[in-house]
Amino acid sequence: MSDIVHSSAAELAARIADREVTSVEVTQAHLDRIAAVEPAVHAFLHVDSERALAKAAEVDAKIGNGESVGPLAGVPLALKDVLTYSGAPTTCGSRILQDWVPPYDATVTKRLLAADIVILGKTNMDEFAMGSSTENSAFGPTHNPWDLDRIPGGSGGGSSASLAAFEAPLAIGTDTGGSIRQPAAVTGTVGVKPTYGGTSRYGLVALASSLDQPGPCARTVLDAALLHEVIAGYDPADSTSINAPVPPIVQAARSGDISGMRIGVVKEFAGEGYAPGVEHRFAEAVELLAGLGAEIVAVSCPNFRYAMPAYYLILPSEASSNLAKFDAMRYGLRVGDDGVASAEEVMAATREAGFGAEVKRRIMIGTYALSSGYYDAYYGQAQKVRTLIINDFARAYEQVDVLVSPTTPTTAFKIGEKVDDPLAMYLNDLCTIPSNLAGNASASFPVGLAPEDGLPVGLQVIAPPLADDRLYRVGAALERVLTEQWGGPLLSRVPDLGGPELEVVA
Amino acid sequence: MTLSREEVAALGRLARIELSAEELDHLAPQLDQILEHVAQVSEVAAADIQPTSHPLPLTNVFRADEPKPCLTVEAALSGAPAVEGNRFRVPRILGEEA
Repeated sequence: MSDIVHSSAAELAARIADREVTSVEVTQAHLDRIAAVEPAVHAFLHVDSERALAKAAEVDAKIGNGESVGPLAGVPLALKDVLTYSGAPTTCGSRILQDWVPPYDATVTKRLLAADIVILGKTNMDEFAMGSSTENSAFGPTHNPWDLDRIPGGSGGGSSASLAAFEAPLAIGTDTGGSIRQPAAVTGTVGVKPTYGGTSRYGLVALASSLDQPGPCARTVLDAALLHEVIAGYDPADSTSINAPVPPIVQAARSGDISGMRIGVVKEFAGEGYAPGVEHRFAEAVELLAGLGAEIVAVSCPNFRYAMPAYYLILPSEASSNLAKFDAMRYGLRVGDDGVASAEEVMAATREAGFGAEVKRRIMIGTYALSSGYYDAYYGQAQKVRTLIINDFARAYEQVDVLVSPTTPTTAFKIGEKVDDPLAMYLNDLCTIPSNLAGNASASFPVGLAPEDGLPVGLQVIAPPLADDRLYRVGAALERVLTEQWGGPLLSRVPDLGGPELEVVA
Repeated sequence: MTLSREEVAALGRLARIELSAEELDHLAPQLDQILEHVAQVSEVAAADIQPTSHPLPLTNVFRADEPKPCLTVEAALSGAPAVEGNRFRVPRILGEEA
C-alpha cells in the first residue's frame, strides 16, 4: 500500500516508469485531492483535468511502448498563472486578463510538456506577482494548509499551498523579490530562484524584467533539482538567457556533502523584527550545518539595509513600463468603449477597473520615480545602490561559498492583517530581495516549526551566479539530518484538511 | 515630503489610470509613506558609483533576418476585445479638440 499524493515526484516517476502505477492513476488521484481540498485552500485558478488526463494517457502509452522518457515523466505539476500555456486562461491574478487565453506557450511550459510532465492547472498569485500573501489576487486569497486563517506567502502562494496541501508534488513559481522563496518558507516547502538568466523568461508575463526569474517548487530537495533541470538552460527567445551549461544541480541534491564548505551568516538579517521562533530554528540549522563539517563565518553586508528601498524604486519603475501594455487595445479587458470615448479615455477607465490597489500603487510609484526632475534622485540612485549590493556579495564570496539567513523575518501571518499596510507587507521580502538585485542563485529550505506558533520556518541559502548546485548541496544536507531528527518529513505534520480519505492504491 | 491629492491625480493621468475621489484620499498617504521609505537611497554617498541597470552584462543580440513561422492572424486576434475584418478595432485615437 502506498499513498500517491504523499509521494515525492521522484518516487512517483520511478513507479510510473516501472509500470507499478499509471500516470493516469497518479493524475486522477491528484485531481480527486484537488476537488476535495480546493474549497478550503483555493490554490488553483484553473484546473485543466481533461488535458492533464490526456497527457497522462499519452505518457502511459509511451512507457507501454518501451519509449524512453525523462526522469519526471507522468508526474503532475501546478503552473503559476503568470506563465502562458496555450488553451488555458493566463490571468496573472488580475481582472484585466480575466478571460485571456494565450495563443502561445512559455518556454518553461514547452519544456515541461516536452519532459512529459502533466500540467494539472494554473495556480493563484498576487496580481501580476505584486505581493507577499496572495491576498492581492483579484480572485480571492489562497489559504495556508498549515492554518487556513493564514497566508501561504506570495506572490506564488497558490503554488506553495498546492504542494503543502498535497494537490501536486511539483509546482512552478517565479521570483522577482522572493515570490518563490517566501511562500516556500511559510508553507514548509522547498523553493529555488535560479541564477538570473538560468531559466527562460519567454512567456512569463513580466513584472520587473531585470529581476524576474522562474524556478522550481517542490516538497523535497531532489524533486526541486529534477524540476530545475527540466526547465533550465539557454533559450534564444529570451535575450537575457545565459548560454552556459546548467550547473550539476541533481548531482548536488543527491550528494548533500557540505564538508569543508564555508557558510556565511549574514549579520544584518537578525534582531529587531525577527520572530524568536524564526531566529531559534535558524540558529539550530546553522549548528547542524557546522556539525556536518561546514565552516561557519559571520559576514557583514552593510548595504543590504538599502536593498528594500532600492528594490521598491527599481521594481515599480520597471513594472510601470511593463504594465503599460495593458492598454485595452489588443487583448484583455476593455471598459467604456461606447463609440464616443477616445482610446485614451478607454485605456484609463479599463486600467481603473482592471487593476487592483497594489498594482495601482506600484505603477504610480514607478511613474513618479521615472518622471523628469525625480529620475536621478530616485531611479538613478537606486541603480547605484544596486551596484553597492552586488559589491557586498562579491566581498562576501571572497570569504565564503554560500550565505545563509532566515528566508523571511516571521512565520505566516493572518489573512487580512497587513493587506492595507503596504510597507508592513514589503518587509516580508527583506532578506530575499538582495539576490534579485544581484541576479544570483537563492533558495529556501524548511528547518522546522517556530515553537511559539507551530508554523514553518525557512532557511535561505544564497550562492554566486551560476553556482546553483551549492544551494542544493546545503538543502540536501539539511533535509537529510532534519528528516531523521523529526522522524519523517515536516509536511507529514500538516493538519488534515478535512477532505475524504486519501487515494490509496495497492 | 507630502504628496498632495492633486499630485496623485496627476500621476494617475500620466499612468493612464482613472482614480475615484475615494481612491485619491486613500492612495495619497500610502504613496507618501512608500516614497518616504524609498527616499533612504539618497542617504548613500554614491557619486562615484556606476549604476547597475541589469545583473548581467548585456550586449545586443543579433540574428539573421529570416522569416520564421509566427502567430496566425486568427491567433493574434483571438484575445482582442473587438475585431473588425482581420484587424484590431480600437476606439478613436484623436480627441474632440484635435
